Amino acid sequence: MTLFSCRLILALPLIGTVTVMATPAPAATDADFKAAYAAADAANKEAGQLRNQWTVTATALTDAKKAADAGDFDKAVAEAKQAEALAKASVFQAKSEKEAWKAEVIR
Amino acid sequence: MRTATQTVFAALALVTLALSGATVKAADSVDPAAEAKAFQKYFTTKFPKLKLEDFVNGPYSLNEDMHRQWVEKEEFPPYEFSLDAGKEMFTKPFKNGKTYADCFPDKGIGIRQNYPYFDEKEGKVITLELALNRCREANGEAPFSYVKDDMASLTAYMAFTSRGKPFDIKIPSDPRALAAFENGKEYFYTRRGQLNFSCASCHVQNPGERIRAEILAPALGILNAMPIYRSEWGGMGTISRRFTSCNSQTRGVPLEPQSDDYRDLEYYLSYVSNGLPISGPGARP
Amino acid sequence: MASTIRVRATANGDTTEVQALIQHPMDSGFVKNAKGDLIPAHFIQQVTFECNGKSVFVADWGTAVSKDPYVKFSFKGGNKGDDLKIGWVDNKGQSDTTTAKIA
Repeated sequence: MTLFSCRLILALPLIGTVTVMATPAPAATDADFKAAYAAADAANKEAGQLRNQWTVTATALTDAKKAADAGDFDKAVAEAKQAEALAKASVFQAKSEKEAWKAEVIR
Repeated sequence: MRTATQTVFAALALVTLALSGATVKAADSVDPAAEAKAFQKYFTTKFPKLKLEDFVNGPYSLNEDMHRQWVEKEEFPPYEFSLDAGKEMFTKPFKNGKTYADCFPDKGIGIRQNYPYFDEKEGKVITLELALNRCREANGEAPFSYVKDDMASLTAYMAFTSRGKPFDIKIPSDPRALAAFENGKEYFYTRRGQLNFSCASCHVQNPGERIRAEILAPALGILNAMPIYRSEWGGMGTISRRFTSCNSQTRGVPLEPQSDDYRDLEYYLSYVSNGLPISGPGARP
Repeated sequence: MASTIRVRATANGDTTEVQALIQHPMDSGFVKNAKGDLIPAHFIQQVTFECNGKSVFVADWGTAVSKDPYVKFSFKGGNKGDDLKIGWVDNKGQSDTTTAKIA
């Protein structure tokens, strides 16, 4: 168990990247994919409200769906998590730019 | 990098302003005339060898070799076919017998420099492309795609009839018009897309520099040559096409052509280029 | 149907400078359309310029030439008022010709 916890702690900074961990983690299921996809989709919709979606988010979502349709749920979940990270970054960008743009204006 | 330093200084300036009680909020202190002046001064200072009207040729004015190419290109411009098609389209009546001339002041000839304008009844910015499609729909014709050849041909002809006339964009003293100007300005300076560029990143901070193999145009006068035959596209493109493609190039999902943000953006960019002559249709690399 | 060839020829002393812009898709056959289907190759194979019936310029083109090709060249001889005949043929057997006067 201790060994497992050590690996988890090391793995924390890697969450949000598309690193496939070849560890004794259980294989992802369709349910895992659906949950991950829903989270990514929700974040992307929020970006849409702010009129700041990224093209790469859409691509990651499509890739996630494609992998899930092919039955590769590990990849599907990884792609969905990537999509969520990208969507969240685009939301962050829109929100911070709301004020940040003013600094760039020619005076 | 210069950009980082500028941002730091600008941020410091912003903090100072905030501390002194001044707000950088819209509507309160918007002075479009002063902003246009500052905008033009920024670019004429950056490129002291250029006359104001040179800015309408974008990258062609910023580089010796490019300028030579432009002179040659103007002898036999690639937009000629589109221009001729546009003239034909403009004069051909709709199925109901009316023409585009019936929708526009001065029969639609020599008016491009007045667009976009703020429609006080509707409370929104009206661009030339939008006005053309509304004219079509009002006369029972299907609207054109904003990004493709037919719209480009029409606007090419209308721009051509205004060649040499200076941009004369008006902002009525209506708070909604000022808000549209401010919104366009905000859009211009806001970073977007995964590549985190704003329009200003390229066209204010780096005109004359290269992005990959292209030389960047300055934002001043950037719409004066529209629509353009772009060698990269192998064809004509409208203002709508340029806005949407710039968005996707920074990996941001583009908005719908002629959406409010784009119309306001065109309003802002055209206003700050007031006084510069229409040079469209144009050609670009 | 309007001509696909725009031409301007000016005589300068004993040299004539010719510029021509030809409207043609020049499809290479390698580009896909929005649906994902290949757009078939459709390009000019030969373009010829004749002055007073004599050939002054012949070009064999292929898929490397871009859409709406522009060509500029000079030739010796040719006087103001002479006829310059331009013609092209493409890989689909389509063609167009036009005649202009040297200015």
